[in-house]
Amino acid sequence: MPAWLFIFFGALAIVAAFGVIVQRNPVHCLLSLVLTLLVIAVLFIAEGAVVVGFLQAIIYAGAIMVIFLFVVWLLNIPGTPAPGGQLAPKFIGAIAASALGSMLFAFFSEPEAAVRAGAMAADYGSISSLARVLFADYLIAFEVTSVLLLAAMVGAVALARPPKNLDAKRDAEEPRRDEAAAG
Amino acid sequence: MISLNYMMLLSGALFSIGVAGVLLRRNVLVMFMSIELMLNAVNLAFVSLGNRLGTMDAQVIVFFVMTVAAAEAAVGLAIIISIFRNRESVNVDDFTLLKW
Amino acid sequence: MTIDFVVYAIFAVAMLLVGLHLALFLLYFERKGSALIHDRVGANRAAIFGLGNRLGMPNLGIVNTLLADPIKMFTKEDFVPDGADKFLHALAPFIALFPVLVTFAVIPFGDTIDIAGRTYQLQAANLNVAVLYVLATIGVGVYGVALGGWASNNRWSLLGGIRASAQMISYEIALGLAIISMVMTYGTLDLQEVVRMQGGTWLGVIPRWGILIQPLAFVLLLTAGVAESKRVPFDLPESESELILGYFTEYSGGKQATFMLTDLAEQALVAMLLVTFFLGGWQLPYLYRGGFVLPGGFQIAVGGLAVSILGIIAFLVKTVAVCGFLGLVRWTLPRFRYDQLMRLGWKGLVPLGLLNVVVTAYLVVAFGSAK
Repeated sequence: MPAWLFIFFGALAIVAAFGVIVQRNPVHCLLSLVLTLLVIAVLFIAEGAVVVGFLQAIIYAGAIMVIFLFVVWLLNIPGTPAPGGQLAPKFIGAIAASALGSMLFAFFSEPEAAVRAGAMAADYGSISSLARVLFADYLIAFEVTSVLLLAAMVGAVALARPPKNLDAKRDAEEPRRDEAAAG
Repeated sequence: MISLNYMMLLSGALFSIGVAGVLLRRNVLVMFMSIELMLNAVNLAFVSLGNRLGTMDAQVIVFFVMTVAAAEAAVGLAIIISIFRNRESVNVDDFTLLKW
Repeated sequence: MTIDFVVYAIFAVAMLLVGLHLALFLLYFERKGSALIHDRVGANRAAIFGLGNRLGMPNLGIVNTLLADPIKMFTKEDFVPDGADKFLHALAPFIALFPVLVTFAVIPFGDTIDIAGRTYQLQAANLNVAVLYVLATIGVGVYGVALGGWASNNRWSLLGGIRASAQMISYEIALGLAIISMVMTYGTLDLQEVVRMQGGTWLGVIPRWGILIQPLAFVLLLTAGVAESKRVPFDLPESESELILGYFTEYSGGKQATFMLTDLAEQALVAMLLVTFFLGGWQLPYLYRGGFVLPGGFQIAVGGLAVSILGIIAFLVKTVAVCGFLGLVRWTLPRFRYDQLMRLGWKGLVPLGLLNVVVTAYLVVAFGSAK
């Protein structure tokens, strides 16, 4: 990819990432994150990982972030002040994050030492080469991942289900969930 | 061909921004989003290194990271919803039940 | 190099215009086509500067639908409801429209064309992972709807938005399963290859269209596509009699026109996908590169450019026919209730889709794919 295009996408990714951590409204943070994910998908495609790039757009930006969006809506109570927090942990947090950032910057500024093992395969990043490696070398991990997803599905439904005595609880306190979700 | 240094610098920058988000924000949903940002920064590093080394293993790892992130997001959000039902708040400073 | 860019830019603009004009045709079908189906006259009055029928000017429904209606929509006052998120309220229609329009780029509308000695694929973007691109844009299309509902500061819009996005992500799974079985059958993710493989005939007579290989996948893609574009019978999110306009209640003027355009353009896109996967794309039966080879052995030689143009015409005719069929479905069936809709999606289409994938897998291993 030409250098100016990479600089554009890189800058866009960093600005959107800052948008995630800086903005007040969680829905705006989420949209910034979606933009970051789509830019990262573009960078994946530029690095030759075409299938993985599209999978990032389909799975991450298209499905996971929609789950996030639903939950953010459910829990986004309007009218509450944006949580401030105490100054001391934030101070230490800022120093720690800056230290990490500068360490990574110093580490990655050294000239590259990664050497390509040989000539690049003609179908690098295509779906057939991904399938070949996935179903031959990493078959056990693939099958275990499918069980993991099943467990996650069952667990998420079990955890998020309203408790059985919800109606009794609702009659005891005033109904505020309706106002919160729709307000 | 973009030099590996620039890709890794971008990945490192995104990761640090994610770390800053987790440490500085108090809204549990925004912290979760920063964690996802960190995961994606690492994915970017994997893919660019795989491109330089010419191996498909990196893309397989990214595939698995994405899948595990999906599972983790689903369960994590379900946990957040359960906590919200009890605590009526998404501010991390209100989840102090385990503090002595 | 530059001429490549110019040619493909022209193709992209052409596909965009075709998509938009199909949406306009669907809008016209909504008025006059539905009138034809319902045995009534439909909208046929348009007073131009107050004159209308008084001076004996003919009342043309076409003027009403294609001129007056869009002009009305775009010149209405554009308001943002009180307390709504202004930026998202303005952005949501375009987030909804963008993925739909962008997908028109990968649909192949012809074979190849020779310009200035170089051969160009008649497809605006010749991706070899076009199917993944289509799935990605359909996935991103959920956001416009969801944000449109939320950004209106109106609980009924929010309800419509939540319902719409839940419906879209449920039927995305059925859509993906139908597409996966087609990908397995043809062994490729490239849409131009998929259409190319639908050339030729069996026994010299029956064209090798996808619908004859995978009828169940056709039904699945049809249903899931109609549900994905939120058209009747799956249009509960924007049900006009229950939720006013559902997720785009608080929109007026150009933004509402954009949402409606999204709806219609997505229906046109689903029609194009059905044509590409199942109805042979731009393949005219018995037409090959050199000319016609009719059953019985007659051959009619046709030049290269004419073959390409016949392909384009065939594609357009098929797409319009499928759009007409989808319009027929729209004006015949009543709307599903929300729980019926979700039950159909999860308990009906997803198991059928999985069954189709498994059976296709067995057949592909046994007989080899269509490659």
